[in-house]
Amino acid sequence: MNGDQMMRAHSASLPAPQFDNPAWVTPVALSNARVAIVTSAALYASGDEAFTAGDTSYRFIDRDRRDLVLGHWSPNFDQMGVKMDLNVVYPIDRLEELAAQGIIGSVAPRHVSFAGNQPDDVSTIRLDTGPSAAAQLRQDGVDVVILTPV
Amino acid sequence: MSVLAHIFEAAGIATVVLSSVREVAQKVAPPRALHCEFPLGRPLGIPNDLEFQMDVLHRAFALLGEKTGPVLVDHPVQIEADEQPVSCAIPPRYDASLPPSVDEARGIRNAYDRAVKRRGVTSVGRVISADDVPNALAVLHAVANGQDWTSAEIPGGNVVSVCHDIRTYYEEAALELINGPAPGGRAMENWFFETTEAGSTVLAARAAMKDAGAKFPVWFYMTPGNR
Repeated sequence: MNGDQMMRAHSASLPAPQFDNPAWVTPVALSNARVAIVTSAALYASGDEAFTAGDTSYRFIDRDRRDLVLGHWSPNFDQMGVKMDLNVVYPIDRLEELAAQGIIGSVAPRHVSFAGNQPDDVSTIRLDTGPSAAAQLRQDGVDVVILTPV
Repeated sequence: MSVLAHIFEAAGIATVVLSSVREVAQKVAPPRALHCEFPLGRPLGIPNDLEFQMDVLHRAFALLGEKTGPVLVDHPVQIEADEQPVSCAIPPRYDASLPPSVDEARGIRNAYDRAVKRRGVTSVGRVISADDVPNALAVLHAVANGQDWTSAEIPGGNVVSVCHDIRTYYEEAALELINGPAPGGRAMENWFFETTEAGSTVLAARAAMKDAGAKFPVWFYMTPGNR
């Protein structure tokens, strides 16, 4: 079993939170939507606070920053793709192009990064930091989020 | 990611997840997910391939048109992680009096510096800087050769983080030493652990610490779990 297969099997074996009565938002037309990226790659702008092991907090990344540090603590995934091309994890240039083409309405002024290797119950993210980040993106007028995992 | 999708949706934001583990997306059932069977760490699939990345985004955003959910759709392309170590030449030995990994780490310093200058950022520095990498390898070399790891004064204190910084130093240097298209998903990891002296040193130190009774999280996360 190679590394990716092992990690996928491990992740699939973990208990997963269940959501009863999940929310469903009917979005505005994509061409009018303000779009933000939310990633779990633990990326952060150079000079910002680093992520600690098991960190449940998040960092904002301003729209124009490209000098991002990969702060993920897991050694179990490819770390080179994102260093060759940020967009393979954090597709900020692609969003700018989609906005310029009028396919999406606009690019959010800031984006959100969490750390993917979390305590199994993810309770802090569910009850505290996740809703906090979402509320702030809502204040920024964000209509649609694309979530990219690491 | 699938958990966060529920949270953001509850706050009034429509979400689309690029799923990387299909079983998790099935169990957590976010409102909209495009499952992408791509190398882990590359949710958009292929570095520097604008067309492919745009295809992923178009397919993801298309799910926003669904009237009900949860929606889980597979991207039609699967990409296997490349298990072949990338071809990356290391400078020859310079100072034969040094442990091989220490000599090697010094030899790639110029390449690392070029990478930092070009990219404007480095992910080395969790606990040690690039300047400390040769000394960290010297200490791990001693541990691999029998020195008690608890008294070895590993730089930075946290051996898992030291190993992160060493591997990152090598992989960022390698960005300047390889030619051609972007290596596949595991090609750089396999290059580091299977072809470099530093990779051998980390693996040997890890094995020695395991044998010496180090706690599981201390030695296990020095490398990917399948090693």
